Amino acid sequence: MKEFFHRKLERNAIGFVLAIVGVASIGGLVEIAPLFTIHETVEEAPDMRLYTPLELAGRNLYIREGCYACHSQMIRTLRDEVERYGPYSLAVESKYDHPMLWGSKRTGPDLARLGGKYSDAWHVAHLVNPRDVVPESVMPRYGWLKRNALRIDDLGAHLAAQRAVGVPYTDAMIENATADARAQANPDDAGASGVSERYGEATNVRAFDGNPGLLTEMDALVAYLQIVGQLTQAAQQQTATAE
Amino acid sequence: MISGLTVSERHLALFVLGALALTGLAMAVAGRGDPLAVHGYIVLVFSVGLGFAVLSALFDPEPPESRLSEYYDDPTRAGIILSLAWAVAGMFVGVWVAALLAWPELTFVDSAWASFGRLRPVHTSGVIFGFGGNALIATSFHVLQRTCRARLPGQFAPWFVLIGYNLFCLIAATGYLMGMTQSKEYAEPEWYADLWLVVVWVVYFLIYIRTLQRRKEPHIYVANWYYMAFILVVAVLHIVNNLAVPVSFGHAKSYSLFSGVQDAMTQWWYGHNAVAFFLTAGFLGMMYYYLPKRAERPIFSYRLSIISFWGITFMYMWAGAHHLHYTALPQWVQTLGMTFSIVLLVPSWASAGNALATLNGAWHKVRDDATLRFMMVAAVFYGLSTFEGSFMAIRAVNSLSHYTDWTVGHVHAGALGWVAMITFGSLYALVPWMWKQERMYSPKLIELHFWLALAGTVVYVFAMWNSGIIQGLMWRTYNDSGTLAYSFIDSLVAMHPYYIARAFGGLLFLCGAVVCAFNVWMTIRMARRARAAEPAGDVPLYGKAGAAPAGE
Repeated sequence: MKEFFHRKLERNAIGFVLAIVGVASIGGLVEIAPLFTIHETVEEAPDMRLYTPLELAGRNLYIREGCYACHSQMIRTLRDEVERYGPYSLAVESKYDHPMLWGSKRTGPDLARLGGKYSDAWHVAHLVNPRDVVPESVMPRYGWLKRNALRIDDLGAHLAAQRAVGVPYTDAMIENATADARAQANPDDAGASGVSERYGEATNVRAFDGNPGLLTEMDALVAYLQIVGQLTQAAQQQTATAE
Repeated sequence: MISGLTVSERHLALFVLGALALTGLAMAVAGRGDPLAVHGYIVLVFSVGLGFAVLSALFDPEPPESRLSEYYDDPTRAGIILSLAWAVAGMFVGVWVAALLAWPELTFVDSAWASFGRLRPVHTSGVIFGFGGNALIATSFHVLQRTCRARLPGQFAPWFVLIGYNLFCLIAATGYLMGMTQSKEYAEPEWYADLWLVVVWVVYFLIYIRTLQRRKEPHIYVANWYYMAFILVVAVLHIVNNLAVPVSFGHAKSYSLFSGVQDAMTQWWYGHNAVAFFLTAGFLGMMYYYLPKRAERPIFSYRLSIISFWGITFMYMWAGAHHLHYTALPQWVQTLGMTFSIVLLVPSWASAGNALATLNGAWHKVRDDATLRFMMVAAVFYGLSTFEGSFMAIRAVNSLSHYTDWTVGHVHAGALGWVAMITFGSLYALVPWMWKQERMYSPKLIELHFWLALAGTVVYVFAMWNSGIIQGLMWRTYNDSGTLAYSFIDSLVAMHPYYIARAFGGLLFLCGAVVCAFNVWMTIRMARRARAAEPAGDVPLYGKAGAAPAGE
């Protein structure tokens, strides 16, 4: 009977095409669509803040250089991972991550709790030549980050695109994106108070690459690395309650 | 080649290339100050260059009507050559990045383009899309026509697909070197490259369905089921996973429509099924034609073919969640992903078993013929790596294997052992048919390639099994006082010998690919010499003789 049915099906090209698309669609529909509708999928985190324009630019550099290929940002719910890296990752932590950078491989360690772990100077030295600070490291050097000026004139457009995909940037944030990026890396800048005003008092405002005069790609990447896992304290609080 | 197109097809080609050149110009203008402009110029030069080639043959006489009584194989011939060129380039970059993990200072230049993070996707896309994709396009056109006993419906569309696809690959690879990536693994190219691929893919589908509609055989052959599933499902995956909003039409950069957990699930639904429908379904199509042809045996079981085809088409799409065990993805999705991954072993082994059982009665050929042996070993590796895949999808196993080199080893057992081996086997069968030769230039070199490829795969996979399991165990080992025994850097130091072994295994495999490219090149030269030696009056003269190596 089945064979009879299939013999008919394989004489009909259009029918076969429709059958393939129908059969192949079911898995994705069942597994992906509910993730958008079931509210428990993503936790609540009222303290969640947005990436500043400088941090977003840094995140884009992290993507540009392919860091995600060797570093995950997803601590699994396993004892050894929590003890090695810190509280396990929650879905809400990457709520504003378009795209997410959970990663799939740890050639280097997980970075989900990297923010605040090392000094800016350590990050700069490590990125210029990882083997200066970790002799056994196999990470590439990223010397050009310190030499390249950061492009900031279009950050407003970046924030607007982020808003288009669902990140709640305000008009003021979009308007001041370029100025905010400049000010965040230079505490003496007149606009520095505006950054804290728009993105929260806890926002890091300092010369990340050690040179307040020049806004480099290094400033942006270090600003991003110092905020990874720090946009909300939800994961830390959850672990504290559990204990 | 161009003179094989009819005059109206040449006009159409000029029109399309003109439109493409204008698009490139628009990208170059809109993207001033952005890497997008570089891609604009690449598109412009690419289409103007091809435009000149078409113009140079524009006034050649129409090809004779007799062409309609033959299959149209020019795009297949060109696809084979492109596939091998990408194989050598992509595998070379693979060996390079493997060496960088063993000796990080081997970069020589402190330049961004030469760093591991930018070269790695050049390797992955180069071999998957460049080598694999071109081989799929080339063989699918060949298989489609033979199993339908019908000529491709037109001569322009197949060229559009082949050349358009390679433009996509070129944009992808050059983009990575400039740091343009969406960061989604195996879906790295940015929005404009993705849109272009959609156009190419729609034309590819139309060629397929139109040829199927013109078939002279009542039934659609199994190989075509798989090629169809490959074309259709890859289209669905590609479109959904690449939904994004560009910063502006003058920016290469875009932001994914999805974020966080939904983005992760969509990405691995895509990522795992890129493996399923690009690297499995397409190549099973290849296997279902070339293996029985070469063995001169019919497929062992028609029913097994049906079970494995629908099993793979249905179940693979559920399996992606096993990439996200113990993450912030809800547990019910992880469990579904794991369950389907395990059941998936049934249709996978049905395919592998069907292929091996087809060889019953032809095992002496497997012994003597390295081409058939390539296909046999491919089926074995297909069985092994699908077993390994189901095993690694079990949550407890995954807690050890995930994030380690074991995953890399598993992927390469599939990519080298299955995908590359079935491709090389099929190409060795196909090349003599396409260039009308009795056999390849050198059977001994096929034999050499076989052993290089097998040794390379085994060395690579064993190195990664060792490093991956050691890594996973070191990360979770506790000492007597109840604290973690090893720092991360301890585990990295332990990897060094395996990284050297892996680079060596990859080098062996690369050498095999170079041997293959040489053998194919010499076979083409052999064909050209034979044609030159024929008395001139015996060849239908149309167009310019010897206009291209792949000419009629």
